[in-house]
Amino acid sequence: MKILTSTENFGSFIIDTTEAWGRSWIFLTRTISAALRPPYRPYLYLQQMLQIGVNSSLVIALIGLFTGAVLAVQGEYTLSKFGANAYTGPAVALSLIRELGPVLTALMVIGRAGSAVTAEIGIMRITEQIDALRSMAVDPIKYLMAPRLVAGIIAMPLLCGMFNVVGILGGYIVAVGLLGLSAGTFMSQIESAVGLVDVWSGFIKATVFGLIFGWISCYKGYTCGFGAQGVNKATTQSVVTASVAVLIVDYFLTSVLTRVFMK
Amino acid sequence: MISVRNVHKRFGSQVVLNGVSIDIEPGKTTAVVGPSGVGKSVLLKLIMGIMTPERGEIYIGGDNITSARSERARNEIRESLGVLFQSAALFDSLTIYENIAFSLRERLRLRPSRAHRRVLEMADALSLLPYLKNYPEQVSIGIRKRVGMARALITKPKVLLVDEPNTGLDPLDGQEVYDLINACKNQWGFTGLVISHELPEVFQVSDRVAMILGGEIIIEGTPADLIASPNPAVQQFLNGRTDGPIKIQ
Repeated sequence: MKILTSTENFGSFIIDTTEAWGRSWIFLTRTISAALRPPYRPYLYLQQMLQIGVNSSLVIALIGLFTGAVLAVQGEYTLSKFGANAYTGPAVALSLIRELGPVLTALMVIGRAGSAVTAEIGIMRITEQIDALRSMAVDPIKYLMAPRLVAGIIAMPLLCGMFNVVGILGGYIVAVGLLGLSAGTFMSQIESAVGLVDVWSGFIKATVFGLIFGWISCYKGYTCGFGAQGVNKATTQSVVTASVAVLIVDYFLTSVLTRVFMK
Repeated sequence: MISVRNVHKRFGSQVVLNGVSIDIEPGKTTAVVGPSGVGKSVLLKLIMGIMTPERGEIYIGGDNITSARSERARNEIRESLGVLFQSAALFDSLTIYENIAFSLRERLRLRPSRAHRRVLEMADALSLLPYLKNYPEQVSIGIRKRVGMARALITKPKVLLVDEPNTGLDPLDGQEVYDLINACKNQWGFTGLVISHELPEVFQVSDRVAMILGGEIIIEGTPADLIASPNPAVQQFLNGRTDGPIKIQ
């Protein structure tokens, strides 16, 4: 009897998980197709670019500056053990452009804007505002979700680019200003070590993370449960799921992109 | 105008509607009444096409919303609907002006000058002109209901659906909503469906009344038919008694 119960529980877990995956994929495809169909309502997209992109830029710049600074301190310390502290610049730049820029930008945007997107859509659901949209023959997927998804996809690489530039500046200030490295060495080593493929690799990652951000934060808000507790749970799940997804997808993307661009 | 035919709806093992049928003639208003939790609001959402029944069909002006395959097809049918929600469901990030103008801008895609004229006309008719620049949370629930009514009627719908018109309102504001429904019906003329548990107040806006209990319509007729009904459940509900066949959940 006990075996049957645990088998039933396992079975229902598999069914529930598969259904949830299916629903979220249908949601994503509906959102993408809604974004491609007219009418386009560009003001909604600009509004979301402002919310998700512009309003996140200060915190991204701040995090980028100090990440670059820390990388310079740690890089110089490690590389000096091998007499290679001239390579502090490339260490900072490559770490930021290939890995830390996209990942930290995504995590920060998920924490700042993702939670806000989920909470906003969740509150609209529990207060019948989404039902009101549908009753007025306005598709909530097109009106609410598509602009947020597209804004995430566009804003994330731009924020990532800013993170990288400010991060390299932070590394430069510490390495040249405080640790006494030559400015010429710092910059020229970056120039010779960093290729366009590294930049592309980072931007591709950031774009995919933007998609993950928009998809999960909108989906969790749209399917949130009842009451304040439902919104609370959806917001927490949104941030945790999107953050974990970014880190998992990052590993696979890094593996694939490294192979593709190494050829 | 609205025809609900043998509609069944369940959530898991709980049967909410079990073969409900109602017909509402053009220009008439029917109130669907019953205790809380009997599926009145579910019926409204089925009519709006927001939920789908397990069985049965719902026609709005001859179009079957239950068999519409896509959201686009449902939207075409929804264009004849206006809905006043229980809590008004105004968009809290938009001003009252923007809430009223919403359908004109997003659905009918009217030119701003034309939309502006219509919003001002509607706001004037419903005494909302002083509040147009406010956000919904800055005004009372009574005014929010009026804004909800303005938003529902701005596109001149053929059907008005009203969910619990005076929930959360004091008796004066509640009466004002009923007066508003009657005034709007006289001015714009629509087929109405009002969901309510407030008897006998809802009779003043109803040509006919249907009472749901146990997932079924137990009586349908004029308000006078309901008052004269010998059905003990109807009498218990009408008189607000706790003893009788309706068990308080």
